[in-house]
Amino acid sequence: MSESNQLNTLNQQAVARYQNNFLKEVEDHVEEGQWVKMCMQCGVCAGSCPFGAHWEHSPQKLFMMIRAGKREEVLSTDSMWLCTSCYNCVVRCPRKLPITHIMHGLATYARRLGLVPKGQPTEEFATLFWNNLAKTGRINELKLTLGHYFKDGLISGIKTALGMQSIGIKMVLAKRLNPMEIFGGHGIKDLKGFQAIIAKAREIEDKKHGAAH
Amino acid sequence: MASIATSQTILVVGGGIGGMTAALEAAECGKQVILAERSPTLGGRTALLYRYFPKMCHPTCGLEINLRRLKGNKNLRVMTMAEVTAVTGSRGDYTVSLKISPRFVNKNCTACGDCAQAVTAEIPNPFEYGLSKTKAAYLPHAMAYPQRYLLDPSIAGTAEGEKAKAACKYGAIELDMQDEIVELKVGAVILATGWKPYDAAKIQPYGYGRFANVITSVEFERLADPHGPTGGKLLRPSDGKEAKNIAFIQCAGSRDENHLRHCSRICCMASLKQTQYVREAYGDDAANGGKSTIYYIDIRAIDRFEDFYLKVQNDPTVSFLKSKVAKIVQDDAANLILHGVDTEGYHRYAVEHDLVVLAIGMEPESNGIKLPADIIVDFSGFIEGSKDGGQFGAGAASSPLDVNRTTQNATAAALRAIQVIHKTATVETANG
Ligand SMILES: Cc1cc2nc3c(=O)[nH]c(=O)nc-3n(C[C@H](O)[C@H](O)[C@H](O)COP(=O)(O)OP(=O)(O)OC[C@H]3O[C@@H](n4cnc5c(N)ncnc54)[C@H](O)[C@@H]3O)c2cc1C
Ligand code: SF4
Ligand code: SF4
Repeated sequence: MSESNQLNTLNQQAVARYQNNFLKEVEDHVEEGQWVKMCMQCGVCAGSCPFGAHWEHSPQKLFMMIRAGKREEVLSTDSMWLCTSCYNCVVRCPRKLPITHIMHGLATYARRLGLVPKGQPTEEFATLFWNNLAKTGRINELKLTLGHYFKDGLISGIKTALGMQSIGIKMVLAKRLNPMEIFGGHGIKDLKGFQAIIAKAREIEDKKHGAAH
Repeated sequence: MASIATSQTILVVGGGIGGMTAALEAAECGKQVILAERSPTLGGRTALLYRYFPKMCHPTCGLEINLRRLKGNKNLRVMTMAEVTAVTGSRGDYTVSLKISPRFVNKNCTACGDCAQAVTAEIPNPFEYGLSKTKAAYLPHAMAYPQRYLLDPSIAGTAEGEKAKAACKYGAIELDMQDEIVELKVGAVILATGWKPYDAAKIQPYGYGRFANVITSVEFERLADPHGPTGGKLLRPSDGKEAKNIAFIQCAGSRDENHLRHCSRICCMASLKQTQYVREAYGDDAANGGKSTIYYIDIRAIDRFEDFYLKVQNDPTVSFLKSKVAKIVQDDAANLILHGVDTEGYHRYAVEHDLVVLAIGMEPESNGIKLPADIIVDFSGFIEGSKDGGQFGAGAASSPLDVNRTTQNATAAALRAIQVIHKTATVETANG
């Protein structure tokens, strides 16, 4: 079975299992999802988010949509992908909902089900970041940045890279970026052990929420 | 009466509307009652309100009735400037320590006010939430009981104190009065210590204390009162201009895990009431006069108050915006821009107002004070009573209550205290 078919299956299973009870689905599968029902719709999180004006749906609205069973709209919006983890909403929420974590939880769940809008930049970067990290157990900043710059093709990559040149040079001088890392870069001591940890974590996740990978 | 208190006596702590009611109900049942009030006057926080919801009557009225009952009752003894500092013992047999602060003015005072005339020193007026100053020789407020002046301790040992003393024709000023500690034996205790406004500065995004024109609802009561610091004009603090576009922010500090967990219950009604002060000041022409906007999560105008809410909803000078304001920003003209998202439609707004009133939450006055060890309080600190069943919370000390519910609750507390005294009396008789 191809990966996308498998994802669809997972999505279909969830639809079949939870029928119209999307709130329950969120409670079962989204990190901190059990908090969603505690929201009293005051609007403080929506009004406190520095990205607020750019979201299609604020956290407040997403929580209401979840309770209203708007499954497709919630899981396929890119709103939660815009969360920058500033925690403004979390410190102000009168009900102490871990809103930031729920945003990331929703994003993760949408990805698991294969419902993320195509080309969503945060998701792309997150994937790049993850692959980069999982390979050696350490972030190779140079490869990560270049990978990010060139994600939309060669020309735009060169443009972005040139634009960022002076920052890059400063980082090299401050020893924050090692140009030699382009030739593979260094890993961690016990790479095998690290990969075993990741594999185990994945196994636990999949057991809980269904295998997506 | 030789001994002022016996185990048959009921002590009521706090002389607000709750404490006065409990004390009167018990005394009118024939019980011996001592009413101890920490401040120089009875009346508590209601005396600092301009009008009462829902009938919009003046607090003077209710207080006057109670004062009349009180003056005519020989079973009741009132002590002012008397703070209860400790209660020991058990049901039916308590020992209470009271700290009596010096008033520096004795019974001879006729409230003529000559001492205040003579004195030049001023203090922030404790009965105006510090919004204005008062002479250091002063009468707390027009309704004060007893109607007796007092001297602020800061001038007692000074030339200012001497000036006051020299000005008094009745020899009422005694500059050498000292703190006194008094111990009383009582059978039951009613704790009617009331409430205090939550510290608004702790609600950081609203800028209270940083922005001059963000004030609290208790301060707004003083602005509206003709006896208050602005003579009843709704003048904003930054420049003394009339405030005409006023925002009321509900649940300021209440229903919030970061502040007070409980719903303060009265603040929705208080803001609805205060919109009517605005209407009273500027008339009902919203375009040219004053207007009020209430920002709310949901309006909690409980049971019969619903009628009042409906009336205000139909008032063209009042609008409602369903949203808890996220933050306030001040502009160069000291106006305030309220930012948030409207829950009805999820629209983002930034609305300018010239004055913001925070409908501040009520917390128990006893918060932050060490209560006698076996007092049971709820998660917000409101007093339920003592484990031994001889001490009871009453009025706003026991729950955020309006005046009507305070008096009901205080009457119930009086009945419980009477039951304790009856049991004690029976036991004492049986023991001979
Ligand atoms: C903005 C605002 C507007 C309001 N408007 C209305 C309204 O229109 N209508 C209405 O019904 N209600 C209104 N309320 C509610 C009303 O203020 C309370 O119901 C009322 O004050 C409760 O009375 P109380 O006697 O229980 O407490 P308080 O009025 O707080 O009295 C307590 C007394 O105890 C004394 N005390 C405290 N500790 C001690 C101690 N250790 N020893 C001795 N004495 C002590 C205090 O000095 C005080 O005098 C309003 C509240 C707010 C915040
Ligand atoms: S701040 Fe909290 S309670 Fe208010 S809308 Fe957001 S999540 Fe809900
Ligand atoms: S009474 Fe109204 S303003 Fe006050 S805490 Fe409750 S809901 Fe909020």
